[in-house]
Amino acid sequence: MSASVLFDAPGPRTVARHRVYSVVAAVVLLAFLVWAVKRFYDAGHLEGDKWEVFVTPRFLEALLVDGVLETVKMAATAVAGAVVLGFVLGVGKMSDHGWLRWPAWAVVEFFRAVPVLLLMVFTWYALGIADDSSSYWAVVVALTLYNGAVLAEVLRAGVNAVPKGQAEAAYAIGMRKTQVMNIILMPQAVKIMLPAIISQCVVALKDTALGLYVAAPGLTAISRSIYLEFDNRVPTMFVTAMLYIVINLILTWLATLVQKRFVGEKKVLQVSMVGGAPDDTKTA
Amino acid sequence: MNAVLDNLDLYFRGFGYTLFLFLASGVLSMVLGTLLVAFRVGPIAVLSKAAAFYVTMVRNTPLVIVFAFFSFAAPVLDIKFNWLQVRFGDFDLTAFFGAAVVSLSLYTSAFVCEALRSGVNAVPLGQAEAARAIGLPFSGVMTQVVLPQAFRASVPPLASVQIALIKNTSVAAVFGVAEAVSQMRTLTNSFSSERTAIFVAFAIGYIVLVELFSFAANRLERHWRIA
Repeated sequence: MSASVLFDAPGPRTVARHRVYSVVAAVVLLAFLVWAVKRFYDAGHLEGDKWEVFVTPRFLEALLVDGVLETVKMAATAVAGAVVLGFVLGVGKMSDHGWLRWPAWAVVEFFRAVPVLLLMVFTWYALGIADDSSSYWAVVVALTLYNGAVLAEVLRAGVNAVPKGQAEAAYAIGMRKTQVMNIILMPQAVKIMLPAIISQCVVALKDTALGLYVAAPGLTAISRSIYLEFDNRVPTMFVTAMLYIVINLILTWLATLVQKRFVGEKKVLQVSMVGGAPDDTKTA
Repeated sequence: MNAVLDNLDLYFRGFGYTLFLFLASGVLSMVLGTLLVAFRVGPIAVLSKAAAFYVTMVRNTPLVIVFAFFSFAAPVLDIKFNWLQVRFGDFDLTAFFGAAVVSLSLYTSAFVCEALRSGVNAVPLGQAEAARAIGLPFSGVMTQVVLPQAFRASVPPLASVQIALIKNTSVAAVFGVAEAVSQMRTLTNSFSSERTAIFVAFAIGYIVLVELFSFAANRLERHWRIA
């Protein structure tokens, strides 16, 4: 018997009825799929020469090295920067000193409310659009600022998630504020935060695609040059999407693994206003 | 600051488009997301699997690619937006706008589905069991016990999703909608010496939108919170 909030365990008649629904739903979905594939076939998007590019070693190499690797590099640099920035801002936000807390709060709120694309365009112009490397760094800087602000919140939530008794016990045996933070709270908070940080990598990776608007290198740029040369927009789009999905699924899988290994059955950290994060609405 | 003050009409037109995009795709994504979650948590395995597949795919695809789908691939499936020729005051809601709304809605609906599902999961099993035990029929269990609690629990994640949508409307700039970020880029291009002022002005616009929405969401959340 499956215990569900929504449904009682179904009886034999319901099971039979559901079987009928299942068949009907499967037929409808299959029909839609067949129709879509047929349309793509009729329009010539499934012909071999449109896909040949993706099994040609030279272009495959361009796609993987100049595309995927570059994108991953941008995302990784941004996440590394974001972890540092998030740590600084997060500690600032938790400070007992108002002159440190308020500016940190303002910075975090600012970068969380502003679209990444706006940050990217501004950074691009600020670095000088004539410069070739500026679009690369525009993507990295914009993603660092945005994800840093989000990770600052994650850090705070992580520290708050450590049971209160831990800090109280540490104070009771005579530790100072910094000692409590460094020796007791941080090591436990980092463990709780790890899955959330990995999930944030997915967000960063997805957002690198926005680099299209500031002429940045990476997967979208390579895809663009491929479909412009071979006139195969649709196949290129599917391949690009698949590459993103595969990398992200690996990251998500890693996050789940880390969650199981370090955090256990507890809920994934919830941080408000990061609706983009794939795992923030998932309950354990 | 003059660059923005002299072009206030462009500024407000940009945010007008942003707001239109947000409202249209906000409503559509809620409708689609509700439909998805009904499939997702429903008893029919095929639909549940299909919805889960859709959500996983869409959540791991960059929004830009979803937009690209509706620019390149959707016409093949006869999904075109050329019929959309609405004029709304100064605003032209054309094919680009239609494609943007559909892309944003389909993308956001996956997140809406997950937010609603987390709400359903937040209802303790004992609530439903108690409701069944006192003899409520299925409709009673749903409308009086489970769904009200599930809906309340899903307000905060839903608000996060919609706030992300406000910011995601900016991606429409890449695909030819003259919303705020695209105006900002145009202005920065023409007055590059004032780029910081322009950036701050447009950032403030977004902050106002986001803060207004999260204020409203907070009020709702507090209004509906039980004890």
